[in-house]
Amino acid sequence: MTNNTIIRFEQVTKQYDDDPPVLKEVSFEIERGKFYTLLGPSGCGKTTILRLIAGFVEPSLGKVIINGKVVNDVPANKRQVNTVFQDYALFPHLNVFENVAFGLRIKKMKNNEVDQKVKEALRFVNLEGYENREIREMSGGQRQRVAIARAIVNEPEVILLDEPLSALDLKLRTEMQYELRELQRRLGITFIFVTHDQEEALAMSDEIFVLNNGKIEQSGTPTDIYDEPINRFVADFIGESNIVPGVMIKDLSVQFAGKTFDCVDGGLNPNEAVEIVIRPEDLEITKPDLGKLRVRVDTQLFRGVHYEISCYDQDGNEWLVHSTKKARVGEEIGLHFDPEAIHVMRHGETEEEFDKRLEAYEEGNYEK
Amino acid sequence: MKSNSRNLYLIPYIIWIGLFVVTPILLVLYYSFFDIEGHFTIDNYKKFFTPVYLKMIFNSFWYAFLITLFSLIIAYPTAYLLTKTKHKQLWLLLIILPSWINLLLKAYAFIGIFGTYGAANSFLEVMGIGSKQLLFTDFSFIFVSVYIFLPFMILPIFNALDELNPSLIDASNDLGASPWTTFRRVIFPLTLDGVKSGCQVVFIPALSLFMLTRLIAGNRVITLGTAIEQHFLVTQDWGMGSTIAVFLIIAMVLIMVLTGKRKRGIL
Ligand SMILES: Nc1ncnc2c1ncn2[C@@H]1O[C@H](COP(=O)(O)OP(=O)(O)O)[C@@H](O)[C@H]1O
Ligand SMILES: [Mg+2]
Repeated sequence: MTNNTIIRFEQVTKQYDDDPPVLKEVSFEIERGKFYTLLGPSGCGKTTILRLIAGFVEPSLGKVIINGKVVNDVPANKRQVNTVFQDYALFPHLNVFENVAFGLRIKKMKNNEVDQKVKEALRFVNLEGYENREIREMSGGQRQRVAIARAIVNEPEVILLDEPLSALDLKLRTEMQYELRELQRRLGITFIFVTHDQEEALAMSDEIFVLNNGKIEQSGTPTDIYDEPINRFVADFIGESNIVPGVMIKDLSVQFAGKTFDCVDGGLNPNEAVEIVIRPEDLEITKPDLGKLRVRVDTQLFRGVHYEISCYDQDGNEWLVHSTKKARVGEEIGLHFDPEAIHVMRHGETEEEFDKRLEAYEEGNYEK
Repeated sequence: MKSNSRNLYLIPYIIWIGLFVVTPILLVLYYSFFDIEGHFTIDNYKKFFTPVYLKMIFNSFWYAFLITLFSLIIAYPTAYLLTKTKHKQLWLLLIILPSWINLLLKAYAFIGIFGTYGAANSFLEVMGIGSKQLLFTDFSFIFVSVYIFLPFMILPIFNALDELNPSLIDASNDLGASPWTTFRRVIFPLTLDGVKSGCQVVFIPALSLFMLTRLIAGNRVITLGTAIEQHFLVTQDWGMGSTIAVFLIIAMVLIMVLTGKRKRGIL
């Protein structure tokens, strides 16, 4: 644990009644001043993690540590953390000003100070002049900003945001992504942001936790996770990918689709069965004889920036290609890719094991 | 064309309202201008503002106020606890159930319980307090009335609490509010409409209670309701009875208007 750590989960399990656990021995660390994203499908436990940090629920097992202190029993109103709720949870009987002022009034702050801080917070979220509006008079995007202002005005150390953008339309959503990221940089507060949208997570985060079924599957920077997905779930969930079975012949050599290819992975047992991931944008269309793979085009969709082309090889594996070049349905084409584009995944490998193998392999290479 | 056919559907309702709402009110208004011999007069209204009737008005309002107050004090925490239970709809049903039993039946049951040799006095004896005159007291009148009206107070408050978005309570805690502050600043203000409708449905009928005043309070409590009953059934002074009824109707409408729902909330 470094000095910069602000939140730590130690083997946290959360179980409601006799249902199967919602979180299973989850451990992670959150550092000060970074933008974190919890990414995962609906029902995987993202909100539960936020509720554990905020103090709305207690862990069944394990420790939640904030600023070096175990806070399992500390109630929500005594924690230096503020939440932007999924449905915003703005108080409908209070106007915009009083909503934002709520936390300050609880602290019995003087009126002129409240006035100044609320105005400042509203300026921060571009809502100057909306003080006297009722909540029902505000649009979805504006409500969301009020919710953010209500959180930041208390100057917490951590802000938790539960899918704050999911209710907005696409254009507003993209705008708010920029604004949120910019806001986090200006404030320098730790943001823990929840989303089920992988593009949003990749665009906004310093660090992503990919969750599935109450477990963290992988954590890392957006590029780490995109380039080195640790298993089929992560590869599938983050962006589109071609996943085919293969065999690791030896270090730097892998066999799939009936051929042997050079690759950049190693540290596995010889002839170990593995899964191969190649991203659709890493596949290049060429003439049938020039490609490393020979496939037949099955369908083609125009996606605006690129064509999404679905092809099949002789073994019946599907290959999805993103290409700016057009193909013809039914045509035979070649697919070219670089050794770096091949990503090898071991069956059932956890993140820890993956890191260990990488380390061991690299050390081994230096010795040679 | 369209609006015509839509108006056709309204006809049964208009007939219904005309027959059972408008006509009776007009009849009551009409009768209030006749004395006991059937001569047109406004003496009834003059009589209404004499000390005898003013005292009665005060009594009615005072007891209705007490009944409403105690119902509210009991109903709010009860409704709150109900929303926290696991099978809340079932518990609610159990609490609402007694209100389906005839009022007179309940009144007679209480006569038995509160009577000199009733269960309540046996209990007091066992406790060493000794038997007391319970029946025909203000206490028993208010106790029984509160018992009878309680479900009507609980229901709207329960609904208001049940509709309250739970994340608002989380939000309040999140912003540093203690449970009590959360209640004062978020929960109560947002369930005020439920409290208001509860008070309406208790206060207004309580204003014109009459059977209980005789059975439980032994006619010690004379309210406007009792007076109406006496005028129509005993003194046969329909004019005076109607005058009181007109006053009650005006009072009820005023209460409804004053405690009416304001528009609030998101959407
Ligand atoms: N209060 C609760 N009681 C019982 N089960 C719950 C409760 N809250 C959440 N769950 C369950 O926990 C799981 C994870 O929920 P949640 O953390 O909200 O998922 P996410 O936010 O990732 O969609 C879900 O299966 C949900 O049904
Ligand atoms: Mg959620």
